[in-house]
Amino acid sequence: MFFDEEFETLPRPALEALQFKRLQNVLERVNANVPFYKTSFAKAGISPSDLKCLDDLQRFPFTTKQDMRDSYPYDLFAAPMEDIVRIHASSGTTGKPTVVGYTQKDIATWTDLMARSFVAAGAHKGDIIHNAYGYGLFTGGLGAHYGAERLGASVIPISGGNTKRQIMIMQDFGSTVLTCTPSYSLFMAEEAKAEGVDFKGLKLRVGIFGAEPWSEAMRDEIEQKLNLSAIDIYGLSEIMGPGVAIECIEAKKGLHIWEDHFIPEIIDPVTGQRLPEGELGELVITTITKQGIPLIRYRTRDITSLTYEPCICGRTHARIARMSGRSDDMLIIRGVNVFPSQIEAILVGIEGIEPHYMLIIDRQGTLDTLTVQVEVSEELFSDEIKVLQALSRRVEKEIKDMLGVTCSAKLVEPKTIQRSEGKAKRVTDNRTL
Amino acid sequence: MKVEQISIFIENKSGRLAEITRILGDAGINIRALSLADTTDFGILRLIVNDGNLAKTVLKEKGFTVNMTEVVAVEVPDTPGGLSSILQVLDRQQINVEYMYAFVERCAGNAVIIFRFDETDKAISVLKSENFNILEGERLYSM
Repeated sequence: MFFDEEFETLPRPALEALQFKRLQNVLERVNANVPFYKTSFAKAGISPSDLKCLDDLQRFPFTTKQDMRDSYPYDLFAAPMEDIVRIHASSGTTGKPTVVGYTQKDIATWTDLMARSFVAAGAHKGDIIHNAYGYGLFTGGLGAHYGAERLGASVIPISGGNTKRQIMIMQDFGSTVLTCTPSYSLFMAEEAKAEGVDFKGLKLRVGIFGAEPWSEAMRDEIEQKLNLSAIDIYGLSEIMGPGVAIECIEAKKGLHIWEDHFIPEIIDPVTGQRLPEGELGELVITTITKQGIPLIRYRTRDITSLTYEPCICGRTHARIARMSGRSDDMLIIRGVNVFPSQIEAILVGIEGIEPHYMLIIDRQGTLDTLTVQVEVSEELFSDEIKVLQALSRRVEKEIKDMLGVTCSAKLVEPKTIQRSEGKAKRVTDNRTL
Repeated sequence: MKVEQISIFIENKSGRLAEITRILGDAGINIRALSLADTTDFGILRLIVNDGNLAKTVLKEKGFTVNMTEVVAVEVPDTPGGLSSILQVLDRQQINVEYMYAFVERCAGNAVIIFRFDETDKAISVLKSENFNILEGERLYSM
């Protein structure tokens, strides 16, 4: 089944011809409308007219998350503000988010690609889509929502949280498709079990899970516990949001990246050199149709590989492998992106806290937990329990307020956190996916 | 009129109290009174010792977080109602007790209550005006 059969099965030569035409166009547009790109192309001694074939793309400079931060909030926008109809943002490394803007046409493209993704996952008109991705600045909720409506399915915009109610609604409303983070789906399964609800009695058929890394072992567990077919979806707000790439239900082997809108490359994260097909490296994406904030060679920091091998589903678009890590220190905790430097900035902002802290990430049952260990210095210490308890509550609250992630702050004795010679070890990740 | 108390931060893990008392014992420090406040994650050990400065120095050398606080020691007869008589006065004068602990003197047979007030000086003047016997630090350290 296809949503847009013509484009999803476009023969490679025609697809690449289309990519080339669109790439030329986007290079011209950013060069003319975004001072950042004009400067960076000039510095690299290259201009859009130097693009003679698709392979020439690798001669153009990268765009990084730092570039987006430096352009906060709107400096990378290629369309005038009056044409921007939606703004989303994701967490940045210093407390300032990374901002993206969509024109009317960008929203239409995103909606179509998300509808395409739903169909690839085996969803169709008539499905009742239980959308438990968060609604708000995060792209997950609204992205999936629009795509589901475009498909003609019935959307339940339940967003995240209040798990008992989620289970009741899935039961009573007859939800057939579930969209959320993979870890939240397992949490739902546990809650349902505690409530005496058996997923085998529900109508769920397909689950579309993304926004955090997961594994084949987790897929088996989810499929068994939730009694549905689990599909991996990939996206990031900088590029668009959910629906950049998705597995097809026919093969469930690699995620088709919608190449008529995005050009993927895999590079060596250290040298920046492009790697051959099949090799593991950092995913770099160029958006070739976006108007609001087109990005040229955006370094996603996600580690994966790329294959152009034909897929049994008939789609001609390349597939990326399941994400296997990050080339930076970003942590994904319950779908929230967290950089250790953000937590450090918050801690340093709290009077008296020395920068001796440790982040411990665990998976208790199915949900990620974050514990922030803070050493109690003489300046922080008090002979009164209430003062120390107020301190840990303040750490918890500020992290929740700034980053949107719930954590538990634990005060520890000085010098208990490992000191290292070179780069301080700030993170202990005990999760096994 | 005030007594120096040392407070030590301890994580809730086995062997920490044993470690602290061993360090103090090795340094020849004698504990006069103690109280331990605990939460699920950590505790605060509060001590009155014969040599507070030395105790602080040796514990800090071993990496503990230590601070000194001024507390008030009040002597009351070791009879029913002894503690109550003090607390009623404090209540009337609206003086808050942050925490307190007590021990009984070996010779005199009186009870000594150690108080941590939020307004230490005001508490002392109230207690003095009501003729309670406030112990000097020196007396307590050498008890």
